[in-house]
Amino acid sequence: MLAFLVVTALFVVQARNLFVSVMLMGIFSLLVAGLFVELDAVDVAFTEAAVGAGISTVLFLGTLALVAAKERPAGPWKPRMVLPFLVVGATFALLVYGSLDMPRYGDPNAPIHGHVAPRYLEQSEREIGISNVVTSVLASYRGYDTLGEVIVVLTAALGVMLLIGRGRRFPRPRPRPNETDLE
Amino acid sequence: MSFPGLINSWAAMALMMIGFYAVIAHGNLVKKVIGLNIFQAAVFIFYISMAKVRGGTAPILGDNLTLFSNPLPHVLILTAIVVGVATTALGLSLVVRIRDTYGTIEDEEIRAIEAAE
Repeated sequence: MLAFLVVTALFVVQARNLFVSVMLMGIFSLLVAGLFVELDAVDVAFTEAAVGAGISTVLFLGTLALVAAKERPAGPWKPRMVLPFLVVGATFALLVYGSLDMPRYGDPNAPIHGHVAPRYLEQSEREIGISNVVTSVLASYRGYDTLGEVIVVLTAALGVMLLIGRGRRFPRPRPRPNETDLE
Repeated sequence: MSFPGLINSWAAMALMMIGFYAVIAHGNLVKKVIGLNIFQAAVFIFYISMAKVRGGTAPILGDNLTLFSNPLPHVLILTAIVVGVATTALGLSLVVRIRDTYGTIEDEEIRAIEAAE
């Protein structure tokens, strides 16, 4: 599953046709959702499948309808192009080095499983009355988080409407420099 | 040696770096947004991997179930996914706006137009 994800992501980045990239992103999201089911996060999985694979893809396709769907092909190789690889490689090495003393996968004694999580698991059914712990934490214990989330979504929707809403009444594309040269 | 114990984190980090590469090395703005999305998905995988307890089940209480994965990261990531889509929508609308102003969404061409003025 993880290997599938990495391969899909590589093709997403490598594809020069943005339409192909977006379609592969849909597959990528679906794979992520499958991985979440594997990791016991069923609520997250169906959110990812609906929102990540569904709405995101629609948003990207809508954008591609308005802008060019082809990425400019990479120019001839220049020494400058090595730089991103170096940065990415160095960051990856640092991250792996930092992960070496992290708790191992599935370890029940990892620090993350202390603190409030056991309380949620033990008390939430009595206190909230819903058997799905994720729902009771989302809607009740951390209700303000969810309120904040709704505010973020509202802000983003307002921003989108201000930027490209109302029939897009802003000036049409300015003439490109080489076109003005001809006049 | 604890190789299998960290494989999930490492895969998440590799995905993160793929997204990072797309952001810094590609000039196309839509590709940059796609890179950010991949980066974001990698962070989600990292979090959800931390929540997993070996032998546990999904955190839905029921009869005869005693061991559950940690519900807290699930809640946080649930919120993050929705916020992520909101920010993606905002980023893409900025891309559309840039395309309307400059007629291109390639980083270098935009810079050339700016320099020409």
